Amino acid sequence: MRAVEETKRAKSGAARYRPGVLKYAQMGYWNPEYAPSATDVLALFRITPQEGVEPEEAAAAVAGESSTATWTVVWTDRLTACDRYRAKAYRVEPVPGAPGQYFAYIAYDLDLFEPGSIANLTASVIGNVFGFKPLKALRLEDMRFPAAYVKTFAGPPTGIVVERERLDKFGRPLLGATVKPKLGLSGKNYGRVVYEALKGGLDFTKDDENINSQPFMHWRDRFLYCMEAVNRAQAATGEVKGTYLNVTAGTMEDMYERAEFARELGSVIVMIDLVIGYTAIQSMSRWARRNDMILHLHRAGHATYTRQKAHGVSFRVISKWMRLAGVDHIHAGTVVGKLEGDPNSVQGFYNVLREGHNPLDLQRGIFFEQDWAGLNGVMPVASGGIHAGQMHQLLHYLGEDVVLQFGGGTIGHPMGIAAGAVANRVALEAMVLARNEGRDIWSEGPEILAAAARHCAPLKAALDVWGEVTFNYASTDTPDFVPTPAVA
Amino acid sequence: MNARVDPMAPGNGTTAAPAADEPLDLEAAYRDSHVGEVLESLDRELVGLAPVKSRIRDIAALLLIDKLRRATGLSSGPPALHMSFTGNPGTGKTTVAMRMAEILHRLGYVRKGHLVAVTRDDLVGQYIGHTAPKTREVLKRALGGVLFIDEAYYLYRPENERDYGQEAIEILLQVMENQRDDLVVILAGYKDRMETFFRSNPGMSSRIAHHIDFPDYSSAELVAIARLMLQQMQYRLSAPADEALREYIDKRRAQPHFANARSIRNALDRARLRQASRLFARHQSEAGGSISRQELETLEERDIRASRVFGGAPQDDPVQNTC
Amino acid sequence: MKVTQGTFSFLPPLTDAQIASQVEYCLGKGWAVSVEYTDDPHPRNTYWEMFGMPMFDIRDAAGVMTEVNACRRTFPSHYIKVNAFDSTRGRESLRLSFIVGRPANEPGFALVRQEGAGRTVRYTTRSYATQRPEGERY
Repeated sequence: MRAVEETKRAKSGAARYRPGVLKYAQMGYWNPEYAPSATDVLALFRITPQEGVEPEEAAAAVAGESSTATWTVVWTDRLTACDRYRAKAYRVEPVPGAPGQYFAYIAYDLDLFEPGSIANLTASVIGNVFGFKPLKALRLEDMRFPAAYVKTFAGPPTGIVVERERLDKFGRPLLGATVKPKLGLSGKNYGRVVYEALKGGLDFTKDDENINSQPFMHWRDRFLYCMEAVNRAQAATGEVKGTYLNVTAGTMEDMYERAEFARELGSVIVMIDLVIGYTAIQSMSRWARRNDMILHLHRAGHATYTRQKAHGVSFRVISKWMRLAGVDHIHAGTVVGKLEGDPNSVQGFYNVLREGHNPLDLQRGIFFEQDWAGLNGVMPVASGGIHAGQMHQLLHYLGEDVVLQFGGGTIGHPMGIAAGAVANRVALEAMVLARNEGRDIWSEGPEILAAAARHCAPLKAALDVWGEVTFNYASTDTPDFVPTPAVA
Repeated sequence: MNARVDPMAPGNGTTAAPAADEPLDLEAAYRDSHVGEVLESLDRELVGLAPVKSRIRDIAALLLIDKLRRATGLSSGPPALHMSFTGNPGTGKTTVAMRMAEILHRLGYVRKGHLVAVTRDDLVGQYIGHTAPKTREVLKRALGGVLFIDEAYYLYRPENERDYGQEAIEILLQVMENQRDDLVVILAGYKDRMETFFRSNPGMSSRIAHHIDFPDYSSAELVAIARLMLQQMQYRLSAPADEALREYIDKRRAQPHFANARSIRNALDRARLRQASRLFARHQSEAGGSISRQELETLEERDIRASRVFGGAPQDDPVQNTC
Repeated sequence: MKVTQGTFSFLPPLTDAQIASQVEYCLGKGWAVSVEYTDDPHPRNTYWEMFGMPMFDIRDAAGVMTEVNACRRTFPSHYIKVNAFDSTRGRESLRLSFIVGRPANEPGFALVRQEGAGRTVRYTTRSYATQRPEGERY
């Protein structure tokens, strides 16, 4: 017992810096007495130590390897204010219902990070530590950013409020659709889809994440035909319309060139993919603000590391990083669609993106209170396998500040694309009207849709085709803290 | 636009429409409306006013029965709800108006139950074209609740041909007739002047369904009001002070400009002032004196008797006031 | 054509009861309701004319409906919308905005194209109505 306790206690003075190998907990990376300061960056890791590794030691190792440590004592530490730069694991507790997993809370001094750089933040916190042998698995669950750090970022260039004011659309979710098929359409045909969908009643259409510039369609042609379609639709409806022109490319220079062309053509919005990297995202964010452009981010590739509960980075953290980096839209889950997303976790992501202040909310997986210090909100985008028949569920789970994207649900409509758009728009407006009147849309949703469908043939057709479609699989990423039903 | 609360709607206390000859549960309707609570608090918090309280009970009963009649399909037309409250100042007219708004709300006759209290100046403008927007602004705020117009007779100034009060009256008449679902109007003021006002404005008079007179309080009632006020302010009267107060009230009632409860309030405030001066003067003369809690709490006889009402010399009274 | 600005433009025109119900919803949330009108429905026309001040202290929809109806009576051939403004921190913007009146005949917009360099085109959306001066358009 004593030996185990001793390995957890930090050594100090000369004993600390004698050459040799010490446990991380002895190097000062485990400090249960440490009280995080208001300017510390905090991180919560879910650690699965290898057999024989103490959880405190594993936590200390994560703290060490994500800040200043190396596997052996180095005298050069003493040339620095090392006590300050050392990250401190200050709390370790077992994960409920998951033996062998622990939550490790780690505090980082503000000086460890370059102001306004997500690249630096991530290089520090996740750069080194995930391949570490003593851990079987490791997941970054949540982070807390002090106002002092948040203020070093410009944040979303437009934000939810200004986006709505530019579009002049209030009181309902926005509607979009990804152009389908994913690949292969030529520019002119692509524009046709955009025109039909926007004219029919959607607010936005979207390039898919891998539509960049391929043999079947060069990006300039896409942009030209899309803007013709957008303007035609605007004149036909009297509403502000847009299409997310994907400016993702192989180099920053190419991206700037594409973005400039989009601006020249009068687009209100451009789009980038997560895979361009954090630095590129921040650069595009700055460009978007300087050019009064809404910036849409597709979270391409995220599920490689966000989906499994034991290992990777939670999408909650990605959301926070992207809000700091500065995007205006981000795909964040639909709950009821074809892609992964448990209701509580997804609502947690939405809250982290939209709210000005997130209180502690373990049920939704929010482990830290986070004040966003006036940073703009990000509009979450719900996209993937949703259709008009789910409108009541979507409004209930996701609220009003969201872009609902019905790609297949518009383009696959039996009466055509424009009809598909009409169906979605009518379903949405009818549902919002009913909700405001005080009706219980969760239970009466199907009835409300049926009533609206009586005046709208396209909606009726949509409900006939898709009314029964659901995607019910067990979620892989569920919250750990769900209220247990109380015994009456 | 007839968005009056439906007495049949769930949450308003009645169950689905019963058959024509099925007995209706009056007790349940009364209970569910929670009107009883308002009537009880009226009893508790307002002293006297027996005829007023009884009248209000009658009105509440009428409205409740009317609601049940509608439930069976019997209709006697939209109920007449506009009222006039007459009486001297300080007799509780504004307070009762607020309770009335509450009762009407609980029975479902006004949607929101808020009270907007105005006088002529809030309704009437100073130049041409000023009045209508002013009156409409007030009405906008009051719709869904109760509009209480104090000293309503000032709206009517026939002697001044450039007076714009008539315009306000026209607008009110229209709303009182055509938007009965949206607004209840209560006019208030001195009895004799209200009577004159109604005689000169038969249109207004015909729209008032309930005239309630607020009699002056009796001496005993005023004493009870004084006791209630003292209790709230956490003061006590010594036995001689109690006696002095009765005498004071008897004398004061006979004097002009008596504003009932308000005058009592003022008198008590002056007594408090005299008590404070007395205690402080004593402290000054006996250097370093201490004061007991009992002394802080108690009003003595001389705090009351120093009043001019008793014919006391003005220089003896630290409170230089009308009475 | 039908200008589909505003939150409920794809539904059949709202009845007075439906409008009052939406207004009640807004008042219940503590939002200030206002009425605006215009005869220039261009999507980039941000500033419609205000019909009176935003109503900050109204308890019941009936008060707002008097303004709505007064506006509709005064401007029977204009576009009229009802807005609800939320002043809470972080929002300070509209929460709801829907059209409650429109001219009987909506001629719509023309798309004017100005060919530029290469294949680029400069677009302008031009309302047929605004070819006539303000007040004489519908």
